[in-house]
Amino acid sequence: MKFGVVRFPGSCDEVDALRACERFGDAELLWHHDRDLHQVDAVIVPGGFSYGDYLRAGAIARFSPVMESVAEFAQGGGPVLGICNGFQVLCEAGLLPGALLPNKTLRFVFRQVELAVENPDTPFTRACARGDRLSIPAKHTTGRYYAPDEMLDELEANGQVVLRYAPGQNFNGALRDIAGVTNEAANVMGLMPHPEHAVDPLTGSTDGGRIFESLATAAVAA
Amino acid sequence: MNPVGAAADARHRELGLTDSEYDLICERLGREPNEVELAVFSLMWSEHCGYKHSKKLLRTLPTEGPAVVMGPGENAGAVDVGDGLAVAFKVESHNHPSAVEPFQGAATGVGGILRDVFAIGARPIATLDSLRFGELDSERSRFLLDRAVAGIGHYGNSIGVATVGGEIAFEHPYEHNCLVNAMCLGIAPRERLIRSAAAGVGNHLVLLGARTGRDGIGGASVLASAELDEDEDKRPSVQIGDPFEEKKLLECCLELLDRGLLASLQDLGAAGLSSSSSEMASKGEVGIDIDVSKVPLREAGMEPFEIMVSESQERMLCVVEPPRLDAVLATCTEWEVRATVIGEVTDSRRLRVLDDGEVVGDMPVEALVDDCPLYDLEPERPTRQIYPAPRATLRDDASPRDKLLALLASPGVASKRWAYEQYDSVVGSRTVRRAGAGDAAVLMLAPDGGTGAIAVAIDGNGRRVAVDPYTGAAEAVLECAFNLACVGAEPLGLTNCLNFGNPEKPHIAWQLIEAVRGLGDACRELGVPVVGGNVSLYNEGSEGPIYPTPVVGMVGSLPDPARVPGMGFAREGDTIALIGSFTHSLPGSELWKLEGRLGEGLPELDLASHAEALEIVRAAVRSGLISSAHDVSDGGLACALAECCIAGGLGARVEYHHGEGGDELLFGEGPGGVVVSGTHEALADLATRAGEVGFAMIGHVGGNSLEIAAGAARLNLPVVDLRTAWERALPDLLS
Repeated sequence: MKFGVVRFPGSCDEVDALRACERFGDAELLWHHDRDLHQVDAVIVPGGFSYGDYLRAGAIARFSPVMESVAEFAQGGGPVLGICNGFQVLCEAGLLPGALLPNKTLRFVFRQVELAVENPDTPFTRACARGDRLSIPAKHTTGRYYAPDEMLDELEANGQVVLRYAPGQNFNGALRDIAGVTNEAANVMGLMPHPEHAVDPLTGSTDGGRIFESLATAAVAA
Repeated sequence: MNPVGAAADARHRELGLTDSEYDLICERLGREPNEVELAVFSLMWSEHCGYKHSKKLLRTLPTEGPAVVMGPGENAGAVDVGDGLAVAFKVESHNHPSAVEPFQGAATGVGGILRDVFAIGARPIATLDSLRFGELDSERSRFLLDRAVAGIGHYGNSIGVATVGGEIAFEHPYEHNCLVNAMCLGIAPRERLIRSAAAGVGNHLVLLGARTGRDGIGGASVLASAELDEDEDKRPSVQIGDPFEEKKLLECCLELLDRGLLASLQDLGAAGLSSSSSEMASKGEVGIDIDVSKVPLREAGMEPFEIMVSESQERMLCVVEPPRLDAVLATCTEWEVRATVIGEVTDSRRLRVLDDGEVVGDMPVEALVDDCPLYDLEPERPTRQIYPAPRATLRDDASPRDKLLALLASPGVASKRWAYEQYDSVVGSRTVRRAGAGDAAVLMLAPDGGTGAIAVAIDGNGRRVAVDPYTGAAEAVLECAFNLACVGAEPLGLTNCLNFGNPEKPHIAWQLIEAVRGLGDACRELGVPVVGGNVSLYNEGSEGPIYPTPVVGMVGSLPDPARVPGMGFAREGDTIALIGSFTHSLPGSELWKLEGRLGEGLPELDLASHAEALEIVRAAVRSGLISSAHDVSDGGLACALAECCIAGGLGARVEYHHGEGGDELLFGEGPGGVVVSGTHEALADLATRAGEVGFAMIGHVGGNSLEIAAGAARLNLPVVDLRTAWERALPDLLS
């Protein structure tokens, strides 16, 4: 099992994601210029401020060479996880439904949040049970999940809403408390909170590890 | 030698040079300086670069210690933290730019201190900020706070360096001159650390990073070395930050160093190319030629002097041996970092400025760096307090209960969550104790291949230094050391930023001298060397000087981060004890401030006894046997106990009788008191080891309220009320 973690100029959490992956399998960084995904079994698009994000968050990164290969990989059924800026990039690339808008406070917010697992039947959550609570830090300025009502209904009906902020935890104003969604085929997921920062008891929580563990076991099962 | 009459040309005065300094420049050049030379000299001989009023004092501070790897004089200091690793750190001010444009001022303050740390080859892993503003009933202060915090977050979050701690205080004397001090810590394998001395005649001088523009021209002399004058529009002197450019620059520089491609590296900060090139040349005892026509510019038509003094951000200067140039340029291309050969190292010991080959400036390096005149201060102790009393907001006959609630809700004591929630404190996967989660931030070294952890705290209480400069400054060192002890860390070194008013005024000179004496004595007694720092003088607005504000940032190490207790009470039934030679006093306290009093003189410190108490607290924490540790600071014992209750979500019943009762016991302040909790057996054992150091069992953890009996004073408050007062204060004031 090998994870690939994309590195754009301006990525900030790519090394943290790499280390989190290494707890559950092999992992290497994938440089943004490089179209070769080095035969990885799963791709992580990490957090940060790709290309500075001075335009709309994720709007430039989606055009980088590596993202062409990531899109092909996803279309072939390969698992792709976008975290924070990675979620924004995947939405911009059209690999995930909906969009991320500025937080309702218009400020960057760092907070440890509780997430509820809504759908454990995905490659990203199979190590969890429905209703499990995960304590994971979130940190972003642009994390308010948005999609038109009909689309939200559809996402819910398809089980694509995988993670929700627990009651009282939705600080960014995300519609229907959505913290993480998948595409229809459930092989691409994006979430705003940072599971890679919740893999070591010393830094506060190990709940994020279950996302990486899920991916690792999913790859082995496949 | 033919000194020229200074009065003939007043240009030098506009640039902040005195007539006698101008004469000295003429003497060292053997002629009058041209425009380029005058601009370069005026910056190199400014207070900000030349430390002309503070250098003699700074030499009195202790700088040697077993852990010191790099001391003052380099871009940052560094200490050994074991396992072949070194931690580099430094604090620097960006006060005047932040007073003019708080968002960019604070953001570029962070950007600048980050460059200082990676300039010596260390990867920045954490920043802390020490901020001072006027009272929050002022709209201007609320604006400055809001924008400075946003600016710090913008830069730190975007570049991916954790902001792990800091402090914010609000006092009227900062109304017209806020303080923004930023500290950065970096980590590196010891052997990767690099010095800035230029070496190797014939080597290339390569400028990395952003293009050079007209932003920040004269920042060091115009903004940082004179009092702020509100009539003048100084905004063009403030630089604009680009954290993305710096992120690329940071990764690129660290890769260049990892691959051993650089002979030396230096950041461009105050005074831009002038300062970086002359300091590199001075340290390497060489000369440097710079051709300004080769410098990539943001706009056409910049004069050579403008290119030499521009403070455009996100630039670094390095020396490269010719055979390695191609590899350097290729690495820069990979990171999309601009790299341009702009000059070379010479054996002339002169800084020569060329414009397309034509010499437009030619100055001896020694004159620029070493010949800046140093001035003796002319101190005079004021006969009475020079600061007006604060405006009273609390009646002095209020009940102890109301006093405690008022203190918890005063912005100086209240929760700073509003601010630190705007900072990423976990990026890097090292943060064991985040802002707000302990007296000091704790960062583990495992991601860097080390064992154990480091701890860092930043502190400085200007009001107490205003009341007593010597003792107040020494207290800042003690406060940091006690913060570190509460997480089990032993200090390895400290950095400081001396924020003072105009040193040419005798009372300010006296404050500065006394404060540095206090810092030095405390450092010597605790065995903590000063490895670097920064001085920010002329912090005065239209209503007078700021409180004298030495800010201390201290770094220590601890063996086992898993054993670090929280600051909050952790278990029903635990015993509570107060450790340390804690002297309660009200002058300079938060309570007196609320009551509209300042006071004069703090109780004399017994530094040796504090050193002993530190050892005992540290050992107790490291043993893993105590449940919580939190030091008594702003607002005194009652506030410390309330904070332990709030953090742990548990009440406590405390009885404390020690000399006189009342306000002094509950709210009196002073260094060296630590509230710990644990099983009765653990604390009884600790008591036997306390020796001469004060130790008192003062109560038990439990219930939903905090009950205190101190002398004749009684108070009883539900924890939920304490929490509401403490947590709501800042959001309510700022909404």
